[in-house]
Amino acid sequence: MNGYEKTGVLSLNDIRVPSENQLRKGVAIIECVQEIPCNPCAAICPVNAISMKDINSIPIVDFDKCTGCGKCVSICPGLAIFVVKTVDNSKALVTLPYEFLPIPKTGDKVKALNRWGEICGDAEVVRVNMLGKTTVVTIRVDKKLAMEVRNIRV
Amino acid sequence: MRITRHPILEFDRGRKILFYFNDKKVEGFEGESIASALHASGVRVLSYSLRYHRPRGFFCGIGKCSSCFMTVDGVPNVRTCITPIRENMRVRRQDGGVGELSDKRFAARKKMVVDDEIVVVGGGPAGMMAALAAAKQGASVTLIDENHRVGGQLIKQTHKFFGSLEEKAGKRGIEIAEELMKQINSVPGIHLILSTTVVGCYNNNTEDGGDRYRLVAVRRFMDGDQLLDVFCKRIVFACGAMENMLAFPGNDLPGVYGAGGVQTLMNVYGVRPGDRVLMVGAGNVGLIVSYQLLQAGVEVDRVVEVLPRITGYHVHAAKLRRCGVPIYTSHSIKEAYGSDRVEGAVVVEVDKNYAPVSGTEENVSCDTICLAVGLTPSVRLLEQMGVKTEFIPEAGGYVAVHDQSMQTSLNGVYVAGDASGIEEASTAMIEGQLAGVSAAASLGYDRGANELISRCRNALRIFRSGPFGEIPRRGKEKIAYLFDKMGKKIWGDSEL
Ligand SMILES: Cc1cc2nc3c(=O)[nH]c(=O)nc-3n(C[C@H](O)[C@H](O)[C@H](O)COP(=O)(O)OP(=O)(O)OC[C@H]3O[C@@H](n4cnc5c(N)ncnc54)[C@H](O)[C@@H]3O)c2cc1C
Ligand code: SF4
Ligand code: SF4
Repeated sequence: MNGYEKTGVLSLNDIRVPSENQLRKGVAIIECVQEIPCNPCAAICPVNAISMKDINSIPIVDFDKCTGCGKCVSICPGLAIFVVKTVDNSKALVTLPYEFLPIPKTGDKVKALNRWGEICGDAEVVRVNMLGKTTVVTIRVDKKLAMEVRNIRV
Repeated sequence: MRITRHPILEFDRGRKILFYFNDKKVEGFEGESIASALHASGVRVLSYSLRYHRPRGFFCGIGKCSSCFMTVDGVPNVRTCITPIRENMRVRRQDGGVGELSDKRFAARKKMVVDDEIVVVGGGPAGMMAALAAAKQGASVTLIDENHRVGGQLIKQTHKFFGSLEEKAGKRGIEIAEELMKQINSVPGIHLILSTTVVGCYNNNTEDGGDRYRLVAVRRFMDGDQLLDVFCKRIVFACGAMENMLAFPGNDLPGVYGAGGVQTLMNVYGVRPGDRVLMVGAGNVGLIVSYQLLQAGVEVDRVVEVLPRITGYHVHAAKLRRCGVPIYTSHSIKEAYGSDRVEGAVVVEVDKNYAPVSGTEENVSCDTICLAVGLTPSVRLLEQMGVKTEFIPEAGGYVAVHDQSMQTSLNGVYVAGDASGIEEASTAMIEGQLAGVSAAASLGYDRGANELISRCRNALRIFRSGPFGEIPRRGKEKIAYLFDKMGKKIWGDSEL
């Protein structure tokens, strides 16, 4: 049994982590690790960066092809996709789906939460995109939190 | 208790309506059910059990249990969870006894006779698709649902659906329901009858020597009921499922709800079930409803799951975990306590034989306990007709043995959706389509029927081919095996 089947929380060993260079460009991190019958992420990607053999396969991102556009973030029914982009040596932008109220505004200071829902640092909201009812929020956090932060508390 | 702002839903509340509960004035909104309006005004005890007079509250929210039976305008045993409120209505709690129904309810109205080619019982995703598919083939269809709106379980599913993009994945259940409702109203050949419960089904009606089936249904009007005598050549049963109960002390206290009931209260009527919830079951339903509770502004203390692992999709669990809700695997509920409503619960760890480990009891302070411990297919009407049923654990209980066109052991009688084995809305829709097209094809309608049928079968095969499809797949394999063993000639299937 995988650890996440007991806890509901992934560890970095369960996820493919991109290289420094790929992260600088900004790429999609897909935290969907089980074979479930679902494929909208692969179907919507404009550059075909997500590959899936059939509808039950695990989606795999080609980090070199991915442009970090974020289209897959808002379509994913599992809210399992994040775009991570490092901006300089100390900061990173994390784009995540958010389905709660209040909807944050650009410039808001919010709490950064990890996969366990624990506060792991501070974040600043840099972009808010409303596509349908899933709001897609981009926050700026410390670079070392880039692969940790997966939620915010407004 | 009323939700005013919600991240996904807008509650377009109708006009205010005043009615009476035990002679006290209560307020509600047009279009909502009696049980929901009472809940929103703080009334938790809806009835008392017959023998021990234990208080009972809202449980299933879809008219399938008996917790909400009340006397409404003198009529006893009204299912208040599916009965809309109206001005000056008089609602009373029944304290023991079952009351007496006066014949005037029926006698005042002449029975209505319906005669159609195909009748679909149940207007959830499976039934809606069955009716649409059959009508698009050219058949004439009557769709009957006991609720005052179509949509079944879909009308409360606010989360985005999985599946393929072509099959509406990424859309929310409520959006899919709305799309299908629009089609039901625009596709010619569908006659929709709402607020009508099918209560009896008869096989081989030979009154006129024909091969027609006969159903008896009761249609509820504001001022009484009407009997419907329904004749048809083909029937599709898409009656859905009932939520399972779990045995523990205090499980009948008001405040213990089925997960679907909670979904109905908060997502259809915009009423919070309580302030703090203990969720029992970490399958997809438990995980999804927990997340929706958070969206409705309700605290979720924790989710307990008796198995050693989370059985729902990881992505659903992850959404909940990153909001800070803990999931305790190998844990179960030991008891619920409270005088006339839930005031808390005791949870306990279980060993590998699922026996409670003493000394691991923990108190959970909550006013709501939500049970997400599975569903049981509704097959009573099918059994009444004499359709062969079998106990298939993988399908959720007794199900009608059926072939690949969803036809049962009786010629011309079809099943689809949860009623044919517990699965998902996505597969219910495909099965409904399959049943609808097959029923129409057996009557000679053919607008590319064969192609549609093979497309549906292929879609079902793909859906069930992953690891999460294994249980329903095994269930369906057993059903297919049993059907073949019956040795019945599958009429109409050879050319399909
Ligand atoms: C809490 C919960 C969450 C779920 N989440 C998901 C999900 O995220 N994704 C997914 O794919 N699936 C989900 N499901 C499962 C999905 O909702 C069901 O599989 C699907 O709705 C089954 O469709 P159906 O048409 O067979 O039955 P239903 O949707 O249950 O519809 C049955 C209909 O039949 C009517 N009816 C029943 N008996 C009679 C009668 N005697 N006379 C007249 N009418 C009658 C009922 O009023 C109802 O409208 C969930 C289920 C629950 C309970
Ligand atoms: S971020 Fe854009 S380019 Fe990258 S995988 Fe998602 S949709 Fe494709
Ligand atoms: S859309 Fe989301 S849930 Fe579906 S396969 Fe892609 S990543 Fe997984």
